[in-house]
Amino acid sequence: MRFVDEFRDAELAGALAREILSVVEPGRHYKVMEVCGGHTHSIYKYGVDDLLPENVELVHGPGCPVCVIPMGRVDDGIALAHRDGVIFTCFGDMMRIPGSDGSLLDAKAQGADVRMVYSPLDALRVAQKNPDRDVIFFAIGFETTAPSTALTLKRAKAEGVENFFCMCNHVTIVPPLRALLDSPDLRLDGFVGPGHVSTVVGARPFEFIPADYGKPIVVAGFEPLDILQAIQMILRQLADGRCEVENQYRRVVPYEGNRRALEVMAEVFELRPHFEWRGLGFISQSALRLSDAYADFDAELRWEVPGVRVADPKACQCGEVLKGVIKPWECKVFGTACTPERPIGTCMVSPEGACAAYYNFGRFAREREVV
Amino acid sequence: MTKTGAATGEERSPSVGRASSGAPNSREERILGIIETARAKRPKFRDERITMSHGAGGKATQSLIEGLFAPAFDVGELADAATVALGGARVALTTDSFVVKPLRFPGGSIGELAVNGTVNDLAVAGARPVALSLSLILEEGLDSELLRGEVEAIANAASAAGVEVVTGDTKVVERGHADGMYICTTGIGLRDERAELSPSALRPGDRMLVSGSIGQHGMAIMLARDEFELEAEIESDTCSLWPAMDALLDAAGPSLRCVRDATRGGVGSVLNELARASQVAMIVREGDVPVDPAVAGAAELLGIDPMYVANEGKLVAFVAPEGAEAALAALRDAGCEQAAEIGEVRTEPPAMVLVETAFGGKRVMDQLVGDPLPRIC
Repeated sequence: MRFVDEFRDAELAGALAREILSVVEPGRHYKVMEVCGGHTHSIYKYGVDDLLPENVELVHGPGCPVCVIPMGRVDDGIALAHRDGVIFTCFGDMMRIPGSDGSLLDAKAQGADVRMVYSPLDALRVAQKNPDRDVIFFAIGFETTAPSTALTLKRAKAEGVENFFCMCNHVTIVPPLRALLDSPDLRLDGFVGPGHVSTVVGARPFEFIPADYGKPIVVAGFEPLDILQAIQMILRQLADGRCEVENQYRRVVPYEGNRRALEVMAEVFELRPHFEWRGLGFISQSALRLSDAYADFDAELRWEVPGVRVADPKACQCGEVLKGVIKPWECKVFGTACTPERPIGTCMVSPEGACAAYYNFGRFAREREVV
Repeated sequence: MTKTGAATGEERSPSVGRASSGAPNSREERILGIIETARAKRPKFRDERITMSHGAGGKATQSLIEGLFAPAFDVGELADAATVALGGARVALTTDSFVVKPLRFPGGSIGELAVNGTVNDLAVAGARPVALSLSLILEEGLDSELLRGEVEAIANAASAAGVEVVTGDTKVVERGHADGMYICTTGIGLRDERAELSPSALRPGDRMLVSGSIGQHGMAIMLARDEFELEAEIESDTCSLWPAMDALLDAAGPSLRCVRDATRGGVGSVLNELARASQVAMIVREGDVPVDPAVAGAAELLGIDPMYVANEGKLVAFVAPEGAEAALAALRDAGCEQAAEIGEVRTEPPAMVLVETAFGGKRVMDQLVGDPLPRIC
């Protein structure tokens, strides 16, 4: 495919890998977190970390939008899905995320009308095609997907659609990063910044990371060369003793973000005082709900939801894994109470989570030299 | 029993614990041991209800087959077709149901699929297809013209594949059931003497061949459902695999270890299933895997790996090294111009499929957990 293949060129990758090798200090161990689930996906898909020297370790961050949804919210969604006359719509990968008693896929098997959609606009169309049913969209995602939910709600309002509702679980990227950085036991040297989120919010909101915490961050695209180059830029900053926000993804990300997208979000959403993150606990002002002007579309106001908080088990140490303090196998429940089939924490929920990956390929990670 | 449904899912990598340097820690060893013991156990079927995942060809399907069906019927080796000795003849038997939506799609229709799907299960098991039975479940209100068209499609496909439709059954169900029509076909064939094939026969060094570009059928169906608003000229690859199989048996019979048609779950699922059955490792060279540019483009946009997308006219063959060249040439002569050698069998780590990416890295190609659902980011 033209315009894509050039970002996957093995020769260029080799050249970048050699540059990285020349920048790292022998004997120093580097831990770099890629914040975004999309980056984690690319790293797995292309084997990006195979091109890194032994002493550069990638830590998978909290940026997988489905993994951070707490069980209680999934339970609330399932309760709504079971209501008479409701069509419950959500993205495909949300359907497998477990609540305290099964997933939306299980609810579907039990008779709830749960449908997979590819965009909030698809959900609105379902509502328009089924005027006698109440259609709920389970909105998830960071600032990447929030604008499309906002635009869909604006359209629903403009067209006077009365049977479309949104259960809003949109989250914001800066508060969880700050929460990670605030923990005294953090062991990270730098961050690969989230490219998709930054197309909306820009690179400026990440200035606090070098300014307040003294860590470099490089906003990066999603092709393997983008990621490799961002890692090289972080390591270069560390070698030079610099610490700043750099934008590797300039072909897409404006430093100041997308003003129109931010405006429509500000109109449709407002900050929740606090929101629970699976594995990270409550983080204040870290999520969005519908603003008063859009209260009529708010599924949580229209119907009672159980709203029961399902605590992450005490033994779960996802927070420490995310901070790079412990390895997955050092967690007390890893591989015993917490498995990919029956996950407890966020890191085991998504196949891209650090624990799920280690569960599946742990021994291979050591034995691959044999291959 | 057809369709062992094993294999694979989202791409993941081995890495995570790159701190693999240094001596293995004893606690880490112990935990890995616990995990390996748990994984080696025959999967149990413990789900309270059937979900769509149980039909997707991945881990849930595997738990259903290996945890419920196989023990109940005392089935040993799971292959595309079973062998039954009848007098002196070795007869291959297989069955398959077809519930595709929409009923007609670019490159084929449910009727054509119902013939080729069953014919191919026989063919890749090394059996010359002979006869089919045909069961139709029809929905009240179905347009007769549509039915007529499908019956014609069945007759044409059977004639092209050289099999006879010899018996059948019809049921009609109330409106709202059966999505127009469901079809079930059962096929018998005669085991070919030129090769002895088994999913557990793979040996390190064996070469991995595919008979053409992958992912066409599944992608054609996904686009035909009109859910994505994507326009692309992708046609299903549905066709009989017997001519290709016949050519393979002729050219490399004794070197053939195992052949599979890569239907539901795609090539990725087949590879995982066989790696498990033979307790070997596999390495796939991603850059050598033939993928039609339109399929690659659509898969890229949807965030789906073509390796997990269904085919209805592509086989994966494992061949001992000495027969690989002849096998590949035979496939190409038999009309599979895009046939390619895409990888080989290794020793370590057992039961794992690794991909050498065109980018220069490696990843593990795991079993599919559910349907290959599009990612949101």
